[in-house]
Amino acid sequence: MNSDNKKCNFHYSARRAVNFAALGASLLSALFGIFFLFWILKDVVVSGFPAINAAFFTELPSPPGVEGGGLANALLGTLMITVIATVIGVPSGILAGTYLSEYGRKSRFAFAVRFLSDILVSAPSIVVGVFVYAILVKPFKGFSAIAGAVSLAIIMLPVVVRTAEEMLKLVPDSTREAALALGAPHWKVTVHIVYRGALRGIITGVMLAVARVSGETAPLLFTSFNNSFWNFKLTEPTATLTVSIFNYAMGPYEDWHQKAWGAALLITVLVLSITIISRLIVRGRTQQ
Amino acid sequence: MEFSGRHKSARFDDALFKGVTFFFALLVVLLMVFIFIILLKESMPAIRQFGLGFLYTNEWDPVQQRFGALSAVYGTVVSSIIAIVIAVPVSLGIAVFLTEMAPKRLRVPVGTAIELLASIPSIIYGMWGLFVFAPFLAEHVEPLLIRYLGFLPLFRGTPLGIGMLPAGFILAIMIIPFISSVTRDIFLMVPPMLKESGYGMGATKWEVIKNIVIPFARSGILGAVILGLGRALGETMAVTFVIGNSHSISASLIDPATTISATLANEFTEAVEDIYLSGLVELGLLLFFITFVALALAKLMISRFSYKGERIG
Amino acid sequence: MRRLIAVFTIALFLTAGIVCGASAAVINGAGATFPYPLYARWSFDYAKTTGLKLNYQSIGSGGGIKQIRSKTVDFGASDAPLTARELAEYGLIQFPMAIGGVVPVVNIKGVTAGQLKLTPSALAGIYLGEITRWNDKRIAEINPGLGLPDEAITVVHRSDGSGTTWIFTNYLAKVSKGWEKKAGFGTSVSWPAGVGGKGNEGVATYVKRMPNTIGYVEFAYALQNKLVHVKLENRGKKFIEPTAASFAAAGQGADWKGTPGFSVILTDQPGKDAWPIAGATFILVYKNPDDCVSAKSVLDFFDWSYKNGAASARALDYVAIPKNVYDIMEESWAKEIKCGGKPLWKM
Repeated sequence: MNSDNKKCNFHYSARRAVNFAALGASLLSALFGIFFLFWILKDVVVSGFPAINAAFFTELPSPPGVEGGGLANALLGTLMITVIATVIGVPSGILAGTYLSEYGRKSRFAFAVRFLSDILVSAPSIVVGVFVYAILVKPFKGFSAIAGAVSLAIIMLPVVVRTAEEMLKLVPDSTREAALALGAPHWKVTVHIVYRGALRGIITGVMLAVARVSGETAPLLFTSFNNSFWNFKLTEPTATLTVSIFNYAMGPYEDWHQKAWGAALLITVLVLSITIISRLIVRGRTQQ
Repeated sequence: MEFSGRHKSARFDDALFKGVTFFFALLVVLLMVFIFIILLKESMPAIRQFGLGFLYTNEWDPVQQRFGALSAVYGTVVSSIIAIVIAVPVSLGIAVFLTEMAPKRLRVPVGTAIELLASIPSIIYGMWGLFVFAPFLAEHVEPLLIRYLGFLPLFRGTPLGIGMLPAGFILAIMIIPFISSVTRDIFLMVPPMLKESGYGMGATKWEVIKNIVIPFARSGILGAVILGLGRALGETMAVTFVIGNSHSISASLIDPATTISATLANEFTEAVEDIYLSGLVELGLLLFFITFVALALAKLMISRFSYKGERIG
Repeated sequence: MRRLIAVFTIALFLTAGIVCGASAAVINGAGATFPYPLYARWSFDYAKTTGLKLNYQSIGSGGGIKQIRSKTVDFGASDAPLTARELAEYGLIQFPMAIGGVVPVVNIKGVTAGQLKLTPSALAGIYLGEITRWNDKRIAEINPGLGLPDEAITVVHRSDGSGTTWIFTNYLAKVSKGWEKKAGFGTSVSWPAGVGGKGNEGVATYVKRMPNTIGYVEFAYALQNKLVHVKLENRGKKFIEPTAASFAAAGQGADWKGTPGFSVILTDQPGKDAWPIAGATFILVYKNPDDCVSAKSVLDFFDWSYKNGAASARALDYVAIPKNVYDIMEESWAKEIKCGGKPLWKM
């Protein structure tokens, strides 16, 4: 829009060259990012696909030297721990977000909560693992699924708090006032009107939070630990896909590497599809 | 819904509901405080025994039970700096591309693709780094670095494909989506009036970006960079796979090193003696503190730009 | 509102119910990576025949000792024997389950298994960072005719606490004054040189992947990975090939009965065919366990494994403990492990 061909002097063409180079560099930057995305995805798919078979989803891991086996217990463990983490983290996060958006608003306390949530969102997850080891594993004498779930819930909490608040804030105050004017108590307005209005946004936030924690490894290493068998008890060590990837990838056996890639493919597909679906939901809303 | 009558009970319910939401909001604060306290409590033995020396001694000797954090802190900081040096120009480029250059139809898919990089679990980065990227670096990239840049002490050593440089590079890829998405949002907040007046004076696109957009967005960009830094400092799994886990400080970026998070992942379940464990927890505390400061700074800088909080996802 | 409260209460009770309703059915153990393939195999077979589950995770010997001490597992496993004093202090007893060897492995172009010979001083020199190239005189003169490349040596060691490291460094400290002074021995030491890999697996992966490396792994890992092992000179000045037989030879001369707490160290043994870096791997349990049911299950499992697992041990290149050692061991179970004052194990 700014090209002015009449001023075709040397100075201007130098500037145009710089402009061209700079914009070219920005194009290259974007290509750089996309290149690595596809490089990583390509390797995960190519190396992981051969490992995916029926046994992978139905059988327990076999010991070194015994062919076959799968990661069925780790798959279940990941599901179980993520679900429990969601059950703990999501209601807490939504309620805290409700406070920020409905009651706290501009108070100092609300500012502090927002500030700390934003920091917790990016806090090193391994430190959360150390923390949960100190409060749940050591005192109760045992690695457990619940300890893993609690550390994931802690990682989830600030994400849900902030999304819930943002989404609740999008509900216009006039809606609240209309309901309040009808004589409804504040809590009822929040639960029946505000939550309903923000539902889609909150669900999206929750999905993103779930996607984020289901790929976590570091906080599970010394909380939910690992298990070579099925485990349905919250108080016992539990296998997860991510910890299995860590152990298998570091292992010497070709068969293990293959399984690690298989698990990597599974978890990547899971996480990416949740992310993409939640993005589509968001786009659906903004287009309405 | 019974909207009428029963005022008393409604008022009680209201107070209860408010109380419950307040409790959970307080939980976030308490959690933060509690994490600090627990880490501090568990690291007290090490703090008492090593004092401030823990911060500047380089020894990590489980046999003699002498611990110093320097090599881990050094590795954490240097790998993050490498990540920032690579990620910042690329992220700015991506933000420029997405806001100023790309045709409308490409903006969403390209933006989404970049942000998908952020949702790949870090263990996948680690595994890919070890199995694919490290051999690639060892065969094709590091020998060239050593041959042509080997006169610098930074690039001396054996091409292993694992070490400080590979870790920093992988971290860069991981933080690019964070920096670029925040920067893009900030670029979008630059008032169009300012840009239009730049174009009106005959400036090229690049000149408008360089002289108007970037200065205007400076503090926000700085915040985005520190946000990325905070991410890089605390990243664990990806780094653990590719950094080489060596408690030594080497001038060469090709040599293996370690970070606080990698040390924790490797040694936490293994530490037998109480003082060893306590030293590890103190490392964790240190990491928590460093990232806290970095992220708090980032938050302040971004919020000065009237930008509310981190974009999620 | 009441409905909300009700839902919350029910959720709380449900969670509590699931948590409290659990009881021990799986035995959990953690520790040494060296016997991991063996225990995993035994546990696999044990579960098939008895339906009882034993979950063993290889996290390193240091981890095994720590986790049993903080009682997060039912038994610990370690390649580094605790001293009798430590055992008394922690209230633990230990018993050996298998004998194995630690093997230096290399990745040098053109060198195949058993071709490279090393003396104790050459090995120590490499790990001390004093010998830095493969064609160094000190290596070349014991390997005439083997075209060693003019390449830098990359030393690989363990990044985690490990009994394999304990055995390996214990050996180095015995044969090299310089090593004893500079690094000493332990489950993890302050390494003068090299890269760290996590677990035997990690070291094996690095050595496999990177040219001109030397590392040390437990023998079974070397075989599984088809890594190139070296021949090592023992006390009798003989270059020994690592085999199950040469590990057993190292175990033969040891005084199992007279050493309190089975703290037998098998490195640098005098036997003429003894592999110099051999060691036993140990199980750690409490003398007065809090959870008697799990403690008994642990003993049952190892008793079963000793009686039924010798063949699978051989198949995985481990040496099962000799009969006489098993007898002493069972005696110590019966004598020392007590539950509420009564012996837990009846012979």
